[in-house]
Amino acid sequence: MVELTLPKNSRVVEGKTWPKPEGATNIEELRVYRYDPDQDANPRIDTYYVDRDDCGPMVLDALIWIKNNIDPTLTFRRSCREGICGSCAMNIDGGNTLACTCGMDEIKGTVKIYPLPHMPVVKDLVPDLTNFYAQHASIEPWLQTTTPEPSAEWKQSHDDRQKLDGLYECILCACCSASCPSYWWNSDRYLGPAALLQAYRWIDDSRDEATGKRLDNLEDPFRLYRCHTIMNCANTCPKGLNPAKAIAEIKKKMVTRQL
Amino acid sequence: MMRTPLSRVRGLGAAHHGTEQFWLERLTGAFSVILLVILIGIVITLVGRSHATVIATLSKPLVTVIFVAAIISFSIHMKLVMQVVIEDYVHTPLRKVTLLMLNTFFCWGVGLACVFAILKISFGP
Repeated sequence: MVELTLPKNSRVVEGKTWPKPEGATNIEELRVYRYDPDQDANPRIDTYYVDRDDCGPMVLDALIWIKNNIDPTLTFRRSCREGICGSCAMNIDGGNTLACTCGMDEIKGTVKIYPLPHMPVVKDLVPDLTNFYAQHASIEPWLQTTTPEPSAEWKQSHDDRQKLDGLYECILCACCSASCPSYWWNSDRYLGPAALLQAYRWIDDSRDEATGKRLDNLEDPFRLYRCHTIMNCANTCPKGLNPAKAIAEIKKKMVTRQL
Repeated sequence: MMRTPLSRVRGLGAAHHGTEQFWLERLTGAFSVILLVILIGIVITLVGRSHATVIATLSKPLVTVIFVAAIISFSIHMKLVMQVVIEDYVHTPLRKVTLLMLNTFFCWGVGLACVFAILKISFGP
């Protein structure tokens, strides 16, 4: 059955409140989820104070500032700091988003930061995305053809290329999948919005010759049909994409090939 | 048992079904809304009427067919959506299979009992 309460050793407890930076007048309060698998302790929420006059405007800037100036043990992923790599996806102020594109000014009051929900936590704000990446691999996200490869490129009309807009931009940050209740309960069998958006990206590609095989691979009560159009994925996507629509298009194709 | 993440995700492979259930769920959903409106309309016209008038109305072939169609549509829809809820939230294999079976029995039972009742009214004692 679905567990609505956390096991005893996963319950989040109050953690350490770190001192405010000396001499700072413009201070931002951040409450950050901390978990260290090497210590036999429950996860905790640490409180940090950041000097806004010495720190960039984004939540990621604040986390880097904390790591550099207060607590070097704070662990999180980050790379491009401009919404391209998807590394710094986390739950900020109750919603999944990228820390690098989320401004602290957008948040009223204390900035609350947790790892992506319902994912195993490696440490602090770092989720284990092994299953998520395997799901992406399972939809075989590459061009598949049987026609002999042309000497130059595979041709595609402008109109057909435009159909991929809103699909190819996905950066696999996992914000959508981690926001989906269906994915929370059934991530072992339901592929989730990110993998299904990518699946549709190849199903809808005019150059691809494996459409039927791709649909066969998805036609399953769990892999595809666990999506109940809750729309959290579209609401939370930091790139403004709509995985729910892509999933609906896959379902439409499934019905179309039977009617 | 050591398995690669991709092996775990692929599991037993795709079941190659689910579309018919998805389509039937929507079909019975739409059909049920239309039939429910008609049903409510019939019931409203019968409010305050005598027992004999109600029996006479329900015995009309068109009304009987509408009632039976509505019960079949409601029952199928009820079975399908409850199945989705069980599949979503119940993960223990034995409990899941048991609940899925009970769901099927319950929906068939309720549906058949209602159809029997309507036909009994329609065709008389």
